[in-house]
Amino acid sequence: MYNFDVVKPERIADAVKELSDSSESQPLGGGQTLIPTLKQRLASPDKLVSLSAIPEMKGVCAGDDGSVCIGGATTHATVAAEASAYPALAATAAHIGDPAVRNRGTIGGSLANNDPSACYPAAALASGATIVTNAREIAADDYFQGMFTTALDEGEIITEVRFPVPEKANYQKFVQPASRFALVGVYVAKYADGVRVAITGASNDGVFRWAEAEAALSANFSADALDGLSLSGDDMISDLHGTGAYRAHLCAVMTKRAVAAAA
Amino acid sequence: MPKDGGIGASSKRREDVRFLTGVGNYTDDINVNGQAYVYFLRSDMAHGTLNSVDTSAASAMPGVVRVFTATDFEGVGSIPCGWQVTDKHGAPMQEPAHPVLATGKVRHVGEPIAAVVAETLEQARDAAEAIVVDITELPAVVDMKAALASGATKVHDDLENNLCYDWGFVEENKAATDAAFEAAAHVTTLELVNNRLVANPMEPRVAVGDYSRGTDEHTLYTTSQNPHVIRLLMGAFVLGIPEHKLRVVAPDVGGGFGTKIFHYQEEAFCTFAAKACNRAVKWTSSRTEAFISDAHGRDHVTKIELALDAENNFTALRTETHANMGAYLSTFAPSVPTWLHGTLMAGNYKTPLIYVNVKAVFTNTVPVDAYRGAGRPEATFQLERVVDKAARELGVDPIALRRQNFITEFPYATPVAVEYDTGDYHATMDKLEEMIDRSGFDARRAESEKNGKLRGLGVNCYIEACGIAPSNLVGQLGARAGLYESATVRVNATGGLVVMTGSHSHGQGHETSFAQVVAEMIGIDENMIEIVHGDTSKVPMGMGTYGSRSIAVGGSAMVRATEKIINKAKKIASHLLEASEADIELKDGAFSVAGTDKSVAWGDVTLAAYVPHNYPLEDIEPGLEETAFYDPSNFTYPSGAYACEVEVDPDTGKVSIERFAAADDFGNIINPMIVTGQVHGGLAQGIGQALLENCAYDENGQLLSASYMEYAMPRADDLPMFDVDHSCQTPCTHNPLGVKGCGEAGAIGSPPAVVNAVVDALQSAGKDVTHVDMPLSPDRVWEAMQ
Repeated sequence: MYNFDVVKPERIADAVKELSDSSESQPLGGGQTLIPTLKQRLASPDKLVSLSAIPEMKGVCAGDDGSVCIGGATTHATVAAEASAYPALAATAAHIGDPAVRNRGTIGGSLANNDPSACYPAAALASGATIVTNAREIAADDYFQGMFTTALDEGEIITEVRFPVPEKANYQKFVQPASRFALVGVYVAKYADGVRVAITGASNDGVFRWAEAEAALSANFSADALDGLSLSGDDMISDLHGTGAYRAHLCAVMTKRAVAAAA
Repeated sequence: MPKDGGIGASSKRREDVRFLTGVGNYTDDINVNGQAYVYFLRSDMAHGTLNSVDTSAASAMPGVVRVFTATDFEGVGSIPCGWQVTDKHGAPMQEPAHPVLATGKVRHVGEPIAAVVAETLEQARDAAEAIVVDITELPAVVDMKAALASGATKVHDDLENNLCYDWGFVEENKAATDAAFEAAAHVTTLELVNNRLVANPMEPRVAVGDYSRGTDEHTLYTTSQNPHVIRLLMGAFVLGIPEHKLRVVAPDVGGGFGTKIFHYQEEAFCTFAAKACNRAVKWTSSRTEAFISDAHGRDHVTKIELALDAENNFTALRTETHANMGAYLSTFAPSVPTWLHGTLMAGNYKTPLIYVNVKAVFTNTVPVDAYRGAGRPEATFQLERVVDKAARELGVDPIALRRQNFITEFPYATPVAVEYDTGDYHATMDKLEEMIDRSGFDARRAESEKNGKLRGLGVNCYIEACGIAPSNLVGQLGARAGLYESATVRVNATGGLVVMTGSHSHGQGHETSFAQVVAEMIGIDENMIEIVHGDTSKVPMGMGTYGSRSIAVGGSAMVRATEKIINKAKKIASHLLEASEADIELKDGAFSVAGTDKSVAWGDVTLAAYVPHNYPLEDIEPGLEETAFYDPSNFTYPSGAYACEVEVDPDTGKVSIERFAAADDFGNIINPMIVTGQVHGGLAQGIGQALLENCAYDENGQLLSASYMEYAMPRADDLPMFDVDHSCQTPCTHNPLGVKGCGEAGAIGSPPAVVNAVVDALQSAGKDVTHVDMPLSPDRVWEAMQ
């Protein structure tokens, strides 16, 4: 990696200031993507602003409205252990990567990176989560803007993510055999006002909602309600591990399984 | 009763204590005072004309000691190939030059173009980025059949075409084989791919070159399976350093799997640069570099045909293979698809006529060479797949069809030039059937179907040729080296002893199993024996470890040397006991006179050898040290029968291995626990090939699976608990231990079992699927079902 400075502020405001001081600075969450990128010399920030020492960005708590609020710098392992008020979310966190990843990677880092095969974007989008930053609150529907692209501005930090707790939810991940990222991951969440289905891993446009499935499931929350529904594989990722058509097929299979397993 | 020491005991691996407690001494642990670090600038283009390499800016960068390009290696030899194959017309293979640093052209992604030696690795890397390389891109030659089309772009402009050789074996049998196909009652044909693999030893390659100006001596520390072979190839053919001025050390090595047999450019570079810079030069491969510079394995495209008569006897076998050599000939590459592959095409069957054709092809990809099994997995896979397909086409039981055609009389001379000394294929199949509870399969299948899964059972046999090999035979076949093995046994005055073996342990546990053999022979505790290997300054000229040869060839050399020791010790004992040498018996570490209670301890004899006050100096020399070289008279032929039971998820195509059983015949066994471990490791790699591992290039010669994000290695949870048995033992008839070797069997025998099982599962659901190419990843299995 190239040389860079590291700062470890303890307050959000200080982190924001550090980031605004230099156009070449970059926030560092758990580093699960950024550090390998640096090691390959594919990025050359002059300063990394670590977000891991800011107490107000860590931990899981209950919001006044019953939502589960997770600090942006909270690790997957902590979410898995402490988000028991939202079991499907805790289970999702418990199956991201491996123990080393879960003990370093953070929810804010994952959502800010918006890897098209990551798990958390599907959870956040299906849950209609609110992405809270140092500057504003962004609805999940507005936040995800395509592969590795989000509504975040330069220097904007995810400080918290608020998840409304659904009646039922489940995440089904079909793993890519090498990376064990989601080849296709489907998160289904049933709320009083309808069902949301978000799919990761499949699309060239990153995480997306499957409107047809949502409509069918909102009318009848059962796997059978999905019979006959399918997605086109035309705009889906096609690579060593599967064609777009295969991914489209998996979307339907995993959605059914998520509905059947939702609790 | 299990033994607690000696041959047949499951002695715990003594070397594991240092490996598991972090005090091993791997090559990367070796740091020479004042060493500099090298970073190789590697081609990111598969094929191109190298117009210029401008190192002026890089040379001026901080910390840079020196920047090297091809011009620094003028007068240095080509990286040699150790095996010359003769084609079916009697002409030698086409053999291109293989420069240390790319010369004139780049021919694969990963080929080193320049090398920066600097005070730190980061400085070397910084400077490498300042090297300006001007390359004109050329079309990449990737597909083997396209590479052989007339007018195809040539990988090597000075060669006639991209065909390394067109090998026919046995050419004299071709017409008779073709005639047998004309007369056949049934012919089964199968086209298949043996997928390219990356070996991925846990420890990446490392080379540290050191040079002493005072003595003009070179030392290379390297991750090698055979340091003497590296010394010979690099010293004699590349750098022109005589052996007495070149020491090669391969200390603890963290896995080889074949890919650390070969002599690589980085070794020659570090040795050369150490003298040029007058300081030690160290290179440690990154994992990314390993993917694009370690020799790959397999990569065959094959059409195989099996002819049967009306009674389902195999009457002839014909196979045509395109074998990828990559851009250059790695050390043993030409031998893998020929002599390690064609000679095994008889398998376990008495097929009277066999003809094998192999076209070896140059492409703009990383060189391909031996990987665990090397040629034998490719032979076994195609044979056991076509036999399985034949059984299904004929509607006969796949095990019964195999049994009907088994070779049952030994020695057996195959039509492909080898003679199996011993074996009992019905015995391993009997054992396998006992292990797999075949009668319970239908119930297990019904249970799977209840859960929406398809269940399949796949069985196969294998035979391999290990213990490579009689030097005079391989010499006739084109080997440019002998394939004997050496051992020196040095007994110390107080009775402990050191065995210096030419075999090299890089995970096999030689330090334990070799010691067990000597302990058994003398009757002393294993802890009195030290096994030393991997250093050309300590060990006699040895050929190293590959082809499951260590115990069969290296172990035999050690037995011969130990026999010499015992014979001499008996002479000393007879003197001390004042008895006839013929009456001296060695048992439990003591020499006694037969029929008397007179005896003298092992330690008394060894002390006498070095303190020869009361000693027959007129008859024998003092000291107790003997060397033996053992050249085997034949290969060894381990064999076995494997079975795999899978569940396939028809909705996703995902295959899960539910049961796996291996019944092997390795002849006599020194350490059953180590043998079981070797089989487990081989099975993991064979199942990895069958289900997961896919080294893929795109049409531009870019490696698509160049990291663990894309290249799927088998993990523990991809594998079932293995059921392994090696109680069927037909001892090898021609080596002193009766051993056959076990290192590769698992990787050779398992891929066809997995594929046979998946085909069985899919056909059980009425799918018209007769073959799926490896790896049987979920998408491929699902596509096959559509």
